[in-house]
Amino acid sequence: MEELLQHLINGLSLGSIYALIALGYTMVYGILQMINFAHSEVYMMGAFFAYYTAKYLNLSSSPGFGSLAIVLVVTMVLCSLLGLAIEKFAYRPLRKAPKLNVLITAIGVSLFLQYFAQLVFGADPKVFPTLIEEQTLFTIAGAPIKSFDVTILVVSLVSMGVLHFLVYHTKLGKAMRAVSHNASVASILGINVSRVIAYTFIIGSSLAGIGAILVGIKYQKIEPMMGTMIGLKAFVAAVLGGIGSIAGAVTGGLILGISEILVVVYGSSQYRDALAFLILIFILLVKPAGMFGKNRIEKV
Amino acid sequence: MRALKNPLIAALVVLIVASALGLLTNSYIQLIVLFLFVNSIMGMSLNLVNGYTGQFSLGHAGFVAVGAYFTAVMTTKFPVPDGLAGLPYFILISLGSGLLAGAFGYIVGLPSLRLKGDYLAIVTLGFGEIIRVSLNNAPYLGGALGISSIPSMPEVDLGGFVVSNYITSLLFAIFWSVVCFFVIWRLLKSSHGRCFLSVREDEIAAEAMGINTTKAKIQAFVVSSFFAGIAGALYAHFTNYVSPASFTFLMSIDAVIMVVLGGMGSMSGVLTSALIITVLPEILRSLKDYTGGVDLRMIIYSLALILIMILRPKGLFGDKEINLNWRKNVGSST
Amino acid sequence: MSAPLLDVRNITMQFGGLKAVESLSFQVQKGQLAGLIGPNGAGKTTVFNMLTGVYTPTSGEVAFESKKISGLKPFEISSHGLTRTFQNIRLFKDLTVLENVLIANHQHVKYTWTDALFLTEAFQVEETKLVNRAKDILNIFGLSNKFNERSANLPYGEQRKLEIVRALMTEPKMILLDEPAAGMNHSETHSLMELIAKIRKEFNLTVLLIEHDMKLVMGICEQIFVLDHGVKIEDGAPEKIKTSKKVIEAYLGVDADESH
Repeated sequence: MEELLQHLINGLSLGSIYALIALGYTMVYGILQMINFAHSEVYMMGAFFAYYTAKYLNLSSSPGFGSLAIVLVVTMVLCSLLGLAIEKFAYRPLRKAPKLNVLITAIGVSLFLQYFAQLVFGADPKVFPTLIEEQTLFTIAGAPIKSFDVTILVVSLVSMGVLHFLVYHTKLGKAMRAVSHNASVASILGINVSRVIAYTFIIGSSLAGIGAILVGIKYQKIEPMMGTMIGLKAFVAAVLGGIGSIAGAVTGGLILGISEILVVVYGSSQYRDALAFLILIFILLVKPAGMFGKNRIEKV
Repeated sequence: MRALKNPLIAALVVLIVASALGLLTNSYIQLIVLFLFVNSIMGMSLNLVNGYTGQFSLGHAGFVAVGAYFTAVMTTKFPVPDGLAGLPYFILISLGSGLLAGAFGYIVGLPSLRLKGDYLAIVTLGFGEIIRVSLNNAPYLGGALGISSIPSMPEVDLGGFVVSNYITSLLFAIFWSVVCFFVIWRLLKSSHGRCFLSVREDEIAAEAMGINTTKAKIQAFVVSSFFAGIAGALYAHFTNYVSPASFTFLMSIDAVIMVVLGGMGSMSGVLTSALIITVLPEILRSLKDYTGGVDLRMIIYSLALILIMILRPKGLFGDKEINLNWRKNVGSST
Repeated sequence: MSAPLLDVRNITMQFGGLKAVESLSFQVQKGQLAGLIGPNGAGKTTVFNMLTGVYTPTSGEVAFESKKISGLKPFEISSHGLTRTFQNIRLFKDLTVLENVLIANHQHVKYTWTDALFLTEAFQVEETKLVNRAKDILNIFGLSNKFNERSANLPYGEQRKLEIVRALMTEPKMILLDEPAAGMNHSETHSLMELIAKIRKEFNLTVLLIEHDMKLVMGICEQIFVLDHGVKIEDGAPEKIKTSKKVIEAYLGVDADESH
């Protein structure tokens, strides 16, 4: 029983990281109908931004919420700038181009960042600085609750809460939903579509940055190729929940995280990475719109 | 030079001249020449999906791996059947590689190609990774070590005149390259191939004109996977060794670059970029010392992808051919 | 009266909370030239999309030759002999005029992949036939010197014509034309309408067309259905439509310019 509980908590924290990254995919998809392949590299770069921020401010000597907050803010800003730059220089020139071209560009950006990071940061893994000390905070039904997991859950919950507020209770959120529903109508109604797109990238990239820090805290290892697998899984989470749906991305992330941990524990760790793709293929066969998604109808 | 008007012959001449250069020199160059053909087959076959049918696969390496491992297993773990030695045996094995890869293509394509959008890219990307992970964890297939001692093409003794195994390898490679070229070329001149093009151009209009676009996409994908498997078979014979590390995402990206750089939907373009893709890494190899072991190639490739899409979205060749006649007269020239 | 060729029974199309078309019923008899008119946003193109399988009606049924076709995929409906053109021109842009037309005949092509690969006689005979047929129809529409032109390079009017040629090449029993004369000037429109009347006879076609230009519809259609806000408000012969109060109101109320 306590073991199961512990696994569930593990799965929950992994799942919330997937959810944070999945949100970036789903929001960009909702607005531009494109898979932002470079999103996983914004996440990877976020990990390095955090790494160097902590290193230069020597934050690992004073772990705690203060240090975490500083790293979070700096990383979110840097990731936003990166996301904006990608949107401006790579995607915006192709706003009217066929989808295939945008997809290829996104792949190009993703590859470029991966190898650029190897060139600049080195290809070897780096040890992420300690921002939160590892300790058991308390036990529930005999299961020790670790500080890492609590941090991850709290930070993700707060981020998702802020996101929810942004999307459903602000003017910007309303504009985003309008653009996602129908970009041309939204622009006729006076919504600045380019600005909405820019904000979407800022929000998505910030969330990816947060996800990267949480991964750094929990797994303590970062490297230039770290984005590929987690990016794919987050994308699967987004599809599982229904791409374009915010609630879907969160649910999908949690389901994927928990089931992955359960597969590792009760099955075999080798199938861990395969699970996401089996889920993806299953979803595409059975319910391509995902759990919360609506079938988009193409205008003819 | 009239014969050169035919792109098939033109391509052949280019390839044969390139190979002849290889004959004269060392085994390092020879291997590069052989790989020119492997890459050409990879590029041409991916072009069928990404260029002519307008879908986007990112897992070509997965299908190459399937083909390569089939050949590796058949030639190292099973005895040569009686009365089936020499080239026919190798052709049969490579055919098996292609068929198995084609079957995988069907399984992967079916769920993803029914849908519009970019799902194929993600599913194929995932497939490529799954194949690699599964190979790593399959003891029968050698795990991470892979399979070695895969036989090269045999020498052939023509009554005293011995044809070296490099020549037979080259002939084998040329044979499959020509078959690949020919199949795709002929298909595109038929109604079946025109369906592929119509899917690329406008899926909704194609459906309204009575074309089962899902079927067309799957057909294109299976043929493409088949030839990827063939490329894998050649790879196995030419390197004598396969391992999961040979078939990474980077190989898929190589294939994508060939298609995008050359021009989506141009055979000449793909063949030209196959040449670049084969030679460039060799040139850049020496630079690795200065970059701390990082492959500059990928930085160049990725920038090329972005810049081509922004500046010249149809690739260097667009859908043009070096010899333009054949596409213009689709239908009427037969 | 025999069973209608196209029988639309109570179809409704709902997008989220919006009913684009609501319990619409109408029938088109074999050989008729019918028109579907209505002000902008009345749901005309949505009706075409439902008839051709691009959308599946939320409720209701469409029967063609007394067989249910709603719920089938677009290509299946096309193979039943019901095809269409598109209001916002959907040619295969990068392909030549001839290729555009050849593709549309694919469902009738009998030669196999092997025939194509080995250039068998079956392939050559059928392909030649196909090309000749395509050229014949292109000639009727005055596109005889444009066979190898990239279709996107054609002038607008010719693109519209090419859409019709392409649709004819599917060997349809009935063709749905979505604003075939949009963007054409008066004389072009006039000659196009004559052409439509001509091919109807020559190919033994039933035609349903969407048109904005009331005068034009009145001139050639034998039966007219008027749609407003997704609901059929009137149907009948042109004389009846001309004098219908409801129709005049709908047009004057929403879109006075279009009614001339």
